Amino acid sequence: MSVRILPGTRGGVGESVRRVDGVPKVKGAFQFASDLWAEGMLWGYTLRSPHPHARIRAVEISAALTDPGVHAVLLAADVPGKKTYGLEFSDQPVLAWDRVRYAGEPVAVLAAADLETARRATERIRVDYDVLPAVTDMGEALRPDAPRVHDFGNVLRHIRIEHGDPGAPADVWVEGYYETGMQDQASLGPEAGLAIPADDGGVDLYVATQWLHVDRMQIAPCLNLPEEKVRLYLAGVGGAFGAREDVSMQVHACLLALRTRRPVKMVYSREESFYGHVHRHPSRIWMRHGARRDGTLVNVYARILMDGGAYASSSAAVIGNASTFATGPYEVPNALIEGTCVYTNNPPCGAMRGFGAVQVCFAYEAQMDKLARALGMDPVEIRLKNALGTGSVLPTGQVITGSAPVREVIRRCAAIPLPEEPAASRGGDPCSYPGGAGNVSRGEGLRRGMGFAIGFKNIAYSEGFDDSAEVRVKLFAGPAGPVAEVHSAAAEVGQGIHTVLTQIVRTGLGVEHVLLHPPDTQVGSAGSTSASRQTMMSGGAAQLACAVVREELCARVRRRAEAEGRALRGEITLEGGAVLAGNAPVGRVEEFLEMPIECVRTYHHRRTQPLDARGQGDVHVALAFAAQRAVVEVDEELGLVRVVQVATAQDVGRAINPQNVAGQIEGGTAQGLGLALMEEIQLQDGQIRNASFTDYLIPTILDMPPVISVLVEEPEPGVPFGAKGVGEPSTVVSTAAIVAALRDATGRELNRVPVRPDDLIGLSPPVASPGPPPSPDVPGPEPIPKRAGLAAGQADLMRGD
Amino acid sequence: MLVRANVNGEWRTADVWAGASLLHMLREHLGLPGSKNACEQGECGSCSIWLDGELVCACLVLAGQAHEREVRTVEALSARETLHPVQEAFLEVGAVQCGFCTPGLIVAVADLLMLDPSPDEPAVREALSGNLCRCTGYQKILDAVRLAAERMRAR
Ligand code: FES
Ligand code: FES
Repeated sequence: MSVRILPGTRGGVGESVRRVDGVPKVKGAFQFASDLWAEGMLWGYTLRSPHPHARIRAVEISAALTDPGVHAVLLAADVPGKKTYGLEFSDQPVLAWDRVRYAGEPVAVLAAADLETARRATERIRVDYDVLPAVTDMGEALRPDAPRVHDFGNVLRHIRIEHGDPGAPADVWVEGYYETGMQDQASLGPEAGLAIPADDGGVDLYVATQWLHVDRMQIAPCLNLPEEKVRLYLAGVGGAFGAREDVSMQVHACLLALRTRRPVKMVYSREESFYGHVHRHPSRIWMRHGARRDGTLVNVYARILMDGGAYASSSAAVIGNASTFATGPYEVPNALIEGTCVYTNNPPCGAMRGFGAVQVCFAYEAQMDKLARALGMDPVEIRLKNALGTGSVLPTGQVITGSAPVREVIRRCAAIPLPEEPAASRGGDPCSYPGGAGNVSRGEGLRRGMGFAIGFKNIAYSEGFDDSAEVRVKLFAGPAGPVAEVHSAAAEVGQGIHTVLTQIVRTGLGVEHVLLHPPDTQVGSAGSTSASRQTMMSGGAAQLACAVVREELCARVRRRAEAEGRALRGEITLEGGAVLAGNAPVGRVEEFLEMPIECVRTYHHRRTQPLDARGQGDVHVALAFAAQRAVVEVDEELGLVRVVQVATAQDVGRAINPQNVAGQIEGGTAQGLGLALMEEIQLQDGQIRNASFTDYLIPTILDMPPVISVLVEEPEPGVPFGAKGVGEPSTVVSTAAIVAALRDATGRELNRVPVRPDDLIGLSPPVASPGPPPSPDVPGPEPIPKRAGLAAGQADLMRGD
Repeated sequence: MLVRANVNGEWRTADVWAGASLLHMLREHLGLPGSKNACEQGECGSCSIWLDGELVCACLVLAGQAHEREVRTVEALSARETLHPVQEAFLEVGAVQCGFCTPGLIVAVADLLMLDPSPDEPAVREALSGNLCRCTGYQKILDAVRLAAERMRAR
């Protein structure tokens, strides 16, 4: 006999329930990592390298130590364990010794009584640098005579995907070169945490992160402590977007706390935050698309170059994504794709929302528009004609087995009503001109344009990685009925996984009162809050655990009935805290909970494969698709832009919380708009020139148009509730859609993002490349060095060598 | 230096460095971390508070400037158990994600609706243009302002 959950429980799957952490957040009572405080706590501060590449000759700390407020100054020699860390490949020093490889690299950390004392004392540390020639251009990095960032060379990973017959002829060819700038995640909450030394010689770390367990995996070996002595607790996370995948202040705060035997808090300032986390990879992409006269794609060549900066971070996986997604969500029978990520002396790049899929979408969608124009086709029509579907084969040879409603998202998006025409909507308000109140014209130079783009993104980790998630569910009798508790290490970063977990448990157990255990390392790893994976992975584990709890409850019900000599007729169901057999009430759930029922379950996604020597393999778990249509207004004389409307349809599988899903789409679109129009870390010889919110602009409420979103629900088979992750597809497509609209309005090429006013009025020519960006002469998909692959890197981490 | 200010209705004294901001005093000396520190340069509005009834960025005001003045922070809006209608509206429409911008926005919206109970959309956008949010794309924040304004007018 199985148990079925009736849909009578409020607040379950499919409802737009309120956030579990909403009330403290609106009251200002939610404790973010930067709000942490402990009795007797010290403040940590980091000394960073001013040079992109230099040898460290000597470090003199005595002057800093003379201040009585200073409790410790630590250098690389003070790191008791492993001296390096890294997500996939352990190549990044906790504190630099011998060499610094980017401007902003930590060299020393200091703890003092308060932040001001710490900051000033740090200025008294003297570092004697021997400045070395730096390589700060990704193309230059591949020249044989370029300075070497690491002894093994500057190639971080090279991928070559050969599909069908790359020599296949076509009727029409279009070619293009594209560049994307370095984008910052710019979470409003800074990097922050509090480390407290424990009596057992270990340390408790409260930190804002995306993955508690992978942090611990990296921290513990550096501290020379066993993992069980390094306990992590999730502190309030003020946004993440990839920037918190890598370790920032974690090891530093623990080192200082263990040395001083005092709690140590570290909080980055906004400026430091720009140096203290990885960024979105800048890219140079060349593509050549061939099609038949009727618009059917025949062949795609793509060459992608990305700047990984000084350390590996997650670059190997980012270039993996960029390469495997280079042809877009289209059927392409023949392709040759070469993707390379290089080391340079620029700040390290790694994860940011969209993870490699954003850059290539900007390129392949521009190509599709070029092709449509060359063939005299409608941009929507050419996309419909070539769209992927279930059963399609990707250039990696992977056959799409899951849902792929690409045509559906295109059609649904295109059907959303267009915004009103300018005269009507403007209503004489000059603030509605591009540039708002800053636009001093009378609207003479206004041009409206419309652009369309589609794109896709993988859900969960790819290339053979088993990023499983564990969840513990406990059902017990509370004073006012049954209570379920869900314990997961999944990081809530604002996206809503904690709310989703409580919804899944409500539905899974038919119990309305669900508590959330604070996330920590006392439960197994949930994997990272990234790759749009938590709803599927931690949600899947919660669903599995609930099923087991339910079975046990059901067994108890049957045992009691047997003991009482009663026969139960019909299926046993749970609804609103009651147990029913057929339609007959058997009792309240809590009557069967003299002993709580507890269960821990781990969810694994289906196995994938690494890429082989020809770039072939079943690499991605599942794919999510989105279409967007942007309408813009450009002031052709002033180079100012107003995005009038964004309309979008997204493939979500199943919406667990529709309001949250819409929120993810709107927020993701804002970040894509930022990359299209304003966001770029300005680098000059490896130095960040705009490390502040005064100079690095992110969209304000004046920049954002209404976003009209349609959710396409075609459940993914074999995953919990059929739900796909929803965080990234909108970011992937919106940059491409908005720039397409700008091209439509201006007739200009606009092949680099962010698009600047100069580009829109034709003051600066399109970026040019004499040909495809360079590609190293190395065979196959093997990351270089070989140990830098995903699995090897993780194994390396686990060995702690 | 010693600074004495009426904070959320209570006279409080803090011994701060002369260069410290009012935001620093609230967060680090008075145990009021509700006002956030996302830029400390006046760009993001996360630290929005009232000084003598005027909406200001607490990071741009020196602690000393609040001496003998009245300061109100987000913590004052729901001092009693009930939420302010703006807080209620933010929750209802889903205008909160990570929540780091939220306290500043709640204060800024409450201020706006005090001055103009029925702002039109351009006025709302203008009034909130100094409050950055990285998560929501602002659409649900606009919805929340609309809903809160309606409800507050109906009272
Ligand atoms: S922290 Fe005050 S405006 Fe950003
Ligand atoms: S909700 Fe995260 S910054 Fe606004």
